[in-house]
Amino acid sequence: MSDFAASASAIDGADPDLKRRMRRAERRRNLAYFALILPLALLVLVAFVWPIASLLVRAVENEGIHDNLPQTVAALRAWDGPELPDERVYRLLADELAQAKGTPKLAAIATRLNREEAGLRSLVMKTARHLPLPADVSAKEALIAIDPAWGEPPIWKTLKRAGHPFTAFYLLAALDLTVDAHGHVALAPPQERVYLDVLGRTFWMSFNVTLLCLLLGFPVAYLMAILPVNRSNLLMLFVLLPFWTSVLVRIAAWIVLLQNEGLVNRLLLSLGLIQSPLPMLFNRFSVYIGMIHILLPFMVLPLYSVMKGISPVYVRAALSLGCPPWRSFWTIYFPQTIPGVGAGVLLVFIMCMGYYITPALLGGPKEQMLSYFIAFYTNQTINWNMAAALSAILLTATLLLYAVYALRFGPTRVKFMKAR
Amino acid sequence: MKMRTLHAAVLGLALGAAAPAMADLTIISFGGAAQQAQEKAFYQPFTQATGIKIHPGEYNGEQAKIKAMVMAGNVTWDLVEVESPELVRGCEEGLYEKIDFTKIGNKADFLPQAVNECGVGIFVWSVALAYDADKLPQAPTSWADFWDVKKFPGKRGLRKGAKYTLEFALLADGVPPQDVYKVLATKEGVDRAFAKLDQLKPHIQWWEAGAQPPQLLASGDLVMSAAYNGRIHAAQQEGKHLKVVWNQSIYDIDSWAIPKGDPNKAQALEFIRFASQPERQKAFSREISYGPTNLKALDGLDPKVLGELPSAPQNLAVALPMNTEFWVEHGEELEQRFNSWAAK
Amino acid sequence: MAGETNASTDAPHVRFIGVQKTYDGASLIVRDLNLDIRRGEFLTLLGPSGSGKTTTLMMLAGFETPTSGEILLGGQVINRVPPHRRNIGMVFQNYALFPHMTVADNLRFPLRVRKLSADEIEARVRRALAMIRLEEYAKRYPQQLSGGQQQRVALARALVFDPQLVLMDEPLGALDKNLREQMQLEIKHLQRTLGVTVVFVTHDQGEALTMSDRIAVFHQGAIQQIDTPERIYEHPVNSFVANFIGENNVLPGIVRRMEGGTCEVELDCGPRVLAHPGPVGMGDRTLVCIRPERVVLDPPEGHPNRLGATVRETIYLGDQVRICLAIGEQQEFVIKVPISRFDPGWSVGTTLHVGLDPNHLHALDAPAG
Repeated sequence: MSDFAASASAIDGADPDLKRRMRRAERRRNLAYFALILPLALLVLVAFVWPIASLLVRAVENEGIHDNLPQTVAALRAWDGPELPDERVYRLLADELAQAKGTPKLAAIATRLNREEAGLRSLVMKTARHLPLPADVSAKEALIAIDPAWGEPPIWKTLKRAGHPFTAFYLLAALDLTVDAHGHVALAPPQERVYLDVLGRTFWMSFNVTLLCLLLGFPVAYLMAILPVNRSNLLMLFVLLPFWTSVLVRIAAWIVLLQNEGLVNRLLLSLGLIQSPLPMLFNRFSVYIGMIHILLPFMVLPLYSVMKGISPVYVRAALSLGCPPWRSFWTIYFPQTIPGVGAGVLLVFIMCMGYYITPALLGGPKEQMLSYFIAFYTNQTINWNMAAALSAILLTATLLLYAVYALRFGPTRVKFMKAR
Repeated sequence: MKMRTLHAAVLGLALGAAAPAMADLTIISFGGAAQQAQEKAFYQPFTQATGIKIHPGEYNGEQAKIKAMVMAGNVTWDLVEVESPELVRGCEEGLYEKIDFTKIGNKADFLPQAVNECGVGIFVWSVALAYDADKLPQAPTSWADFWDVKKFPGKRGLRKGAKYTLEFALLADGVPPQDVYKVLATKEGVDRAFAKLDQLKPHIQWWEAGAQPPQLLASGDLVMSAAYNGRIHAAQQEGKHLKVVWNQSIYDIDSWAIPKGDPNKAQALEFIRFASQPERQKAFSREISYGPTNLKALDGLDPKVLGELPSAPQNLAVALPMNTEFWVEHGEELEQRFNSWAAK
Repeated sequence: MAGETNASTDAPHVRFIGVQKTYDGASLIVRDLNLDIRRGEFLTLLGPSGSGKTTTLMMLAGFETPTSGEILLGGQVINRVPPHRRNIGMVFQNYALFPHMTVADNLRFPLRVRKLSADEIEARVRRALAMIRLEEYAKRYPQQLSGGQQQRVALARALVFDPQLVLMDEPLGALDKNLREQMQLEIKHLQRTLGVTVVFVTHDQGEALTMSDRIAVFHQGAIQQIDTPERIYEHPVNSFVANFIGENNVLPGIVRRMEGGTCEVELDCGPRVLAHPGPVGMGDRTLVCIRPERVVLDPPEGHPNRLGATVRETIYLGDQVRICLAIGEQQEFVIKVPISRFDPGWSVGTTLHVGLDPNHLHALDAPAG
């Protein structure tokens, strides 16, 4: 009895120490794991998470007014029309504009206001030219004398609205929405609406390209999966060949082939199949051709990798059970390729959504997708807020799409595939 | 002017990466025939005279690149060629160094538009109606003819953008040249321009690179096109029978500008001074038919060469100067509206 | 059972007539195969890999076409009938259960293809699940089942549409030993109850002996012997069959005398023995074969084939002891002794006498070379 108690207490005594040692060993192991992923985690953080986060912030940032006219904006916070602001606000504006005069700050103010309404730039510049005001005059009268627009409430409303540090203006604009005079969100006037169309087009073209890639890529992948290795390797070479040439070179080649005096048209003309050259360039046709050419490998490779793992014995089994060949293919083989189809479709679709260079070079204005406008705002007009807003819309659309994919083809959905 | 090429992006990348040696100058232009002319007329003689090496590069006029460079405080472009609205906007926003004109020359010798707070004019260019005389039996003479698809059936080329295109639409619609910008500044005027463009939309082939119009004209893809006169001239030199209609053309100047914070500012200024001399300007105009900004360069220029320049008096008389202020003010709005219109 | 079909019970269910198969035009995988498979029998095609047994099965299933010759099923030539019209059930090596279908859907598949009514399908599926005792597993996916369960589902699927002929291509190869033996009995039992003809391919001779009505031993593209398991085991027609099936002692020698049902062979290791003659003649080189369990220990004096032997090694196997002996020059001779008759005094070097019963000692052909 006492022996038993002694040995039991010995175990109890050893227990905490053992646990501690185990915890220490675990901690060391976890640290080692952490060290292994640390470089990549840092890279992802610095090169991916941070830029995207700052992009999203940029989409709602409202630079120009609140940072350059802080006192005016603060004073306007208390004002809410319809009568004009008081003399103090006019004086603050005049002083702050005078301070900004001759520096890039003035340009920032002017650019930001001009974005709200074209024409305000010259109002700001013109006003600044007459500043600073003498201390003993009425700033209100002086500003109205410079330009009567200062005597109307709308300009002050605009200034107040543009003075918030954050704004939904760009995000709304990216969805063809504006805030009307009453502060309600409304659709932009028809002639200014473009992004909903473009977003729809981006989806539609991506959908078509993806579908065509699937239709063209599936048989190729299937053939590669069933051919003997030496011949499937040759086929693989052809599939991968486009990867080894620059995108620009490939696009230039398509321009040479498809133009009015290009090879294709000349061939068709000389064969007498057509009487005048077919317009094959700078339209949907050429964009689809160019995109499919570039994206096809991204469809074929996932399909192939999945198909390679599907044993031909399943189709044999179906045949032996009395199922005709075509039906065996569709009911037995095809469903097993779904993970590959899903991966290929997702990959190609998401790449399509961000396509820029091919539509820009092979398409007309009607073929431009959202990325074109992002580039336009980034490079041409330097409206980085708008570019960020459009990017945010594109990112959201892509994420939504991925969510749909994950629900439909995600791990839970295809778990029955794992064992094979 | 913007001369896009397929390789511009690639070259731009390469240039961004290569850091020039001390005292060398990196000069960025729009590429193409005009840059080749600059090489001969400015770069090579400058290197001979001063021993300063020049790294030429090209871009598409994207101010974003310069803005990014200036904001990051890492300016690797010493001198850039910019169009007038970008020069004005960039100067206000502090992207460019202010220029002390006393280091360049006598202000009075230059075209008034060539003298700016932050820039010095390089040359006068023109965007005009061009056509292949071998393919059209009858010569078009105005933008009204350009719009007349019955008289001249076939595709027309226009630059993909609001600038020039809206002006041409109003000119075609019968607005007198001196009123074009007045009309365009009103909402009705803009609607009118787009309505006019609607008429021609199915017949328009948009181009973006300055090199495209002469090619497309020569290949027969286009019957007429808006084109940069220098590009057409270069094609003429190669034996193409292309013609420029000076009537109702729009002209502007491209300028040198020094990005703010450039470490080689002194050399850059020296280069501008060198390139603005009448002799250099004359040499440039002999290479390509863009007009000198230094008026003294017009003296003693071969009348045949002079006749092909936008700044020749007879050509200037029928042309319309581009309104820089207008485009600074309305550019973003109109380009956006143009984009949404074109995309439909 | 088989009598309920319209064909006569005597007519073979399947006939191979002069069937040849080559893939490269040079070497024959199957050479001149003539084989009748009786209705309702369990026929095993047994042979090492590359012997042509699987190719024969695949030709019967329709996945390979004979290069020449004819295959008849129920009296009809089926050379050109595609596999899905042959109405032959098949069980594959790795079961080939459709991974994207539940167990029940796998079983429904052949019935749906045959456009049976929904009620009929459900009834049959229920019956099939009951037959393999997996009623609870109807809604599971194949990889949620154990290997044995998957095997039973594959079997049920091959039987659910009532085929008269079922082919099995090494169906038990992936199972562990215990499960395999259990499945052997189960398959045999099902085959008996249902009365279907089964053609079973295996390279496991134990499996073949346990399950088959008849065994066809394949080697180098030809059938070496086709007979009941007992005949195959006890009366192999050549040394390949003797060696391939069961354990076998081989003693090379020369036939010196033929006399009625026996022959006398002079063994290379010295002594002369009386043996049951196979396909050999006077003066031929021969291999005399005997199963270890047929060797008698300490035969009485006057036993016709009493030979002296030296113990080289003893291996304790629990119920019996394997003793490796040397007979003269012959170093490889194995006998099995029940543990009750084992004398612990036998150690390496002990001399014994063994008797080879002439009825179980077969003088078989010696392969050339």
